Amino acid sequence: MMDQLFYAAEVIVNGLMTGVMYALVALGFVLIFKASGVFNYAQGVLALFAGLTLVGIMQGQVPFAHLLNAVFGTQLDRFGWTVPALLAIVLTAGVMVLLAILIEKLVLQHLVGQEPIILFMATIGLAYFLEGLGDVMWGADVKNLDVGLPQGISDSIERVTDSWFGYGFFIDRLDIWAALIATALVAALVAFSQYTKQGRAMRAVADDHQAALSVGISLRFIWIMVWSIAGFVALVAGIMWGTKSGVQFSLSLIALKALPVLMLGGFTSIPGAIVGGLIIGVGEKLFEFVMSSPDLAGSWFGFTIGATENWFAYVLALVFLVFRPQGLFGERIIERV
Amino acid sequence: MFYREAGDFKTTYRDDSQTFPIRLDRIGYYVILAVAVLVVPFVINDYWASAVLLPFLIYAIAAIGLNILTGYAGQVSLGTGGFMAVGAYAVYKLMTSFPEVSVVIHILLAGGITALVGIAFGLPSLRIKGFYLAVATLAAQFFLVWLFNKVPWFYNYSASGQINAPTRTVLGWAVTGPAASPAAKYLICLAFVIFSAWVARNLTRGMVGRKWMAIRDMDIAAEIIGVNPLNAKMTAFGISSFFVGIAGALLFAVYLGAAEVTEAFGINKSFLVLFMVIIGGLGSIFGSFAGAAFLVLLPVLLKNVLVGALGWPTDLAAYIELMIVGALIIFFLIVEPHGLARLWLLAKEKLRLWPFPH
Amino acid sequence: MKTKLAALAAAGMMVAAPALADLVVPNLSYRTGAYGANGTQYADGFNDYFTLLNERDGGIGGERIQVPECETAYNTEKGVECYEATKAEGLVYNPLSTGITYQLIPKVGVDKKVLYTPGYGRTSAKNGKVFEWVFNAPANYWDGASVAVKHLLDVNGGSLEGKKIALVYHNSAYGKEPIRTLQDLAEKHGFTLIELPVDAPGQEQKSQWLQIRRDKPDHVIMYGWGVMNQAAIQEAANINFPMENFIGIWWSGSDIDVLPIGAKADGYKSLAFHGVGTDYPLYEDMQKYVIEPGKASQGGQHVGSVLYSRGMYASLVIAEAIAKAQELAGTSKINGEQLREGFEALEITPERLAELGLPDFGPEIEMTCANHGGSGMARVQQWDANAKKWNLITEFTEPDQDILNPLIAEDSEAYAKEAGITPRDCN
Repeated sequence: MMDQLFYAAEVIVNGLMTGVMYALVALGFVLIFKASGVFNYAQGVLALFAGLTLVGIMQGQVPFAHLLNAVFGTQLDRFGWTVPALLAIVLTAGVMVLLAILIEKLVLQHLVGQEPIILFMATIGLAYFLEGLGDVMWGADVKNLDVGLPQGISDSIERVTDSWFGYGFFIDRLDIWAALIATALVAALVAFSQYTKQGRAMRAVADDHQAALSVGISLRFIWIMVWSIAGFVALVAGIMWGTKSGVQFSLSLIALKALPVLMLGGFTSIPGAIVGGLIIGVGEKLFEFVMSSPDLAGSWFGFTIGATENWFAYVLALVFLVFRPQGLFGERIIERV
Repeated sequence: MFYREAGDFKTTYRDDSQTFPIRLDRIGYYVILAVAVLVVPFVINDYWASAVLLPFLIYAIAAIGLNILTGYAGQVSLGTGGFMAVGAYAVYKLMTSFPEVSVVIHILLAGGITALVGIAFGLPSLRIKGFYLAVATLAAQFFLVWLFNKVPWFYNYSASGQINAPTRTVLGWAVTGPAASPAAKYLICLAFVIFSAWVARNLTRGMVGRKWMAIRDMDIAAEIIGVNPLNAKMTAFGISSFFVGIAGALLFAVYLGAAEVTEAFGINKSFLVLFMVIIGGLGSIFGSFAGAAFLVLLPVLLKNVLVGALGWPTDLAAYIELMIVGALIIFFLIVEPHGLARLWLLAKEKLRLWPFPH
Repeated sequence: MKTKLAALAAAGMMVAAPALADLVVPNLSYRTGAYGANGTQYADGFNDYFTLLNERDGGIGGERIQVPECETAYNTEKGVECYEATKAEGLVYNPLSTGITYQLIPKVGVDKKVLYTPGYGRTSAKNGKVFEWVFNAPANYWDGASVAVKHLLDVNGGSLEGKKIALVYHNSAYGKEPIRTLQDLAEKHGFTLIELPVDAPGQEQKSQWLQIRRDKPDHVIMYGWGVMNQAAIQEAANINFPMENFIGIWWSGSDIDVLPIGAKADGYKSLAFHGVGTDYPLYEDMQKYVIEPGKASQGGQHVGSVLYSRGMYASLVIAEAIAKAQELAGTSKINGEQLREGFEALEITPERLAELGLPDFGPEIEMTCANHGGSGMARVQQWDANAKKWNLITEFTEPDQDILNPLIAEDSEAYAKEAGITPRDCN
């Protein structure tokens, strides 16, 4: 029995860590939704795009090499240099800003005042486009991303907990780093929105577009800024997930992991994204643990219950929403006729 | 000029509320129907059936279903793939359990079962609205797919979890299984398409449809004028899922013949059908057809042009195809957020006045 | 606008069909989508071998081989479209997807096309009495499970009594295939089987590996594909699971699965039914006729990788079957039915492989009317992270036919009943 408790505790700790990774993706959604009311489905693809660009720059790949080779019969592949990780991250951040400007100019600007569902669909179109673009630019093979983050079990934590409880806990060092970076990111975002002029302007826009416009805040500038920040958050998420499992197509699917987090936390709240991420992370890991352990619920149905993680988060969020339709920290929905 | 209304007088309310009030439209409709029923089956081959016509017809049914829910009743759903899976697995279980019953009845029953499941997953819509509901319907998507993948009873305990459609006949013609001819498959799908479009059109212009639209435009206001939101939302979920279930059953039994739930009914299917509805036009039956035609034809066309005509590597062509589809979606939303149906309407306006515009 | 679109569509359809007199072997490949990174290497190998035959020998029996490529993205609907678009000329199909294979099994019988699925697809298609048009030599999923267990028996001094073996599998038709076999094997050898499904795509597997850490199985067998492989090997490394106790099916044993993990993947094992690397005489010709003239698929960037070799092996078997069919039919322009005869009479001996410039590359294959799956032999390879290469550590091992044959008979009979097929007589 004691063993099961320790296992459960280990699962909870790891669930919290996974939750941080989910929250990292959810954060990008919240930023954009808050400032522009756009439900940006492309956030996952942004992370993929950022990851691809980062690896491409680091390895000195020639962008669009495949396309150029096919059209002009050239043999381009690499520039023949490599770029240090830090510089590459800065350059990639620059690319994401450029992307934000383009998205605003070519897409959002033309869709001002449309219904939210139309804007949502536009971001799905954007997701398709960016996915194709990322592949055409950098090729679709699995790319190994190494920016120097450590990975694997933290031996010291295992040793210490072993001497305390007689059971060594497993914590991935990458998860610890992810948690630290996520904390720093959130602190920076909060500081930015509280103490800088642009941050205040951003909050004003989030509160009321028209009022913000009337006091002379440029909506377009704010939108570009928000999409840039979201692009930067996507870059961080891309680095974390890319380090974990390589940069490749499946990275774009992490958006699906962030959606229940958003439902739970509320679309408009940064703390909500964090708390929602933690609840989802712990909830799904614990449920999987209970359902797949032969000692617990695993033997109830005569076949293995497992791989529940894809849907459990959604069902959890759904049940939760029935009681609180605007999410944990979401703004209260007031409807008037 | 091309679009003549002169002499087209309406003397009764009945005339005025017809589906095709203009005579030219009516004639066009009957001509298309006649071609579809009397000409196409004789010229159809395997390629046209499998690559273009069957997917178009089946997705058109799914799009009609989703359009009822999203376009008419205003409830955005991302669970279409999951509901199609319900239809597919229901028809599979029925076909293998009651082989002596006609497959047409099985498909209709599969639609009915899907309707019940749809109502169950639609219940939260009474509390949850907007994007929260859209994301909540993903719960149905993922849960249903998991369920069919996990519980061996649904796939008759086969080793791999794949389901295969056995051969069944309608009026002596095989419509499912390997022996089915393209014409037979086409005709059975066409029959269901005509049935679905006819039912959907008549529902949406009647009282039920008006209630849905009232709920869509503003649910609180609708409630105040006496529309029961429970009733309206549940009928929308039920009827929408009925069509989606039929589409799923046809997709599996007639078109694919074998299916694996995670692959055939994944989240991509939900997005695909939603795209069809949006690009075709929310709240329009014609739009459902236009959207389905557009998204079924476009990739086939692009592939044939890029790979077949230009000789590009297939992977490059696939990426460019993704980019073009994505860009076109954005382009359509910017130019005409109300979809192809509105474009068609505008074109008709222009034709009506041609050659003397204002 | 609509008529324009239709006209364009019609024009587009026209150019799709390659109107050629040569033998056509369509390559239903996937270079995009969730499994694109794997599929692209396989497709390259598949193309390049036929290119070599065309350039060096002028094709097979004087007939050049056309390999039109069609992108399926691992998607069944696109796979069906590709099949229908190419079946007018196509002789044999190799879609590299279990889902598409299930889709095509009923169709190929009607259209009289051969379906060749080496190492994947429907396992019970080995029974040629029921599945006349499907071939899956040299090995199938159940063979793999049995060979893996045999290897574990060897490692454990001949007994698995009381051991725990975990199966980490792709939660799809493919991953579920070996469960029945492993359950039977568990009963026979007295080990406990722990089943751990991973949902596609499988980049998040923390729960499964925490469970492995907790249950401490002696061995882990993996049936994965795509990103799931890397994620699993990474998580195994993270929990310090001994890599030599971790063995994947051949689909979980390519370079791209282990390279991203680096030094920690050292010692990871996987099954293989063909050799890897470029240390075969064939590659001299390949270099001369295909790579140097710039005719290699995608510039030859994957030559010698595991999946490239597998694609090449698949086309090798198809090429041999075509040659055999031409011999039997007495004509070089064979059709699908004749090719089927060629497959059923196919024999690839070690001598023949050496003659082709690939000594000891694959197992011996001998197919008959009843046996469409060959011997089922496979061997084990181990990853050397320092040298960045796979080393073959066992000889070709035969699976436990006593366990497999009844299962294959059972499953194929069930299919025959469901589809209304009377198994043919093979004598």
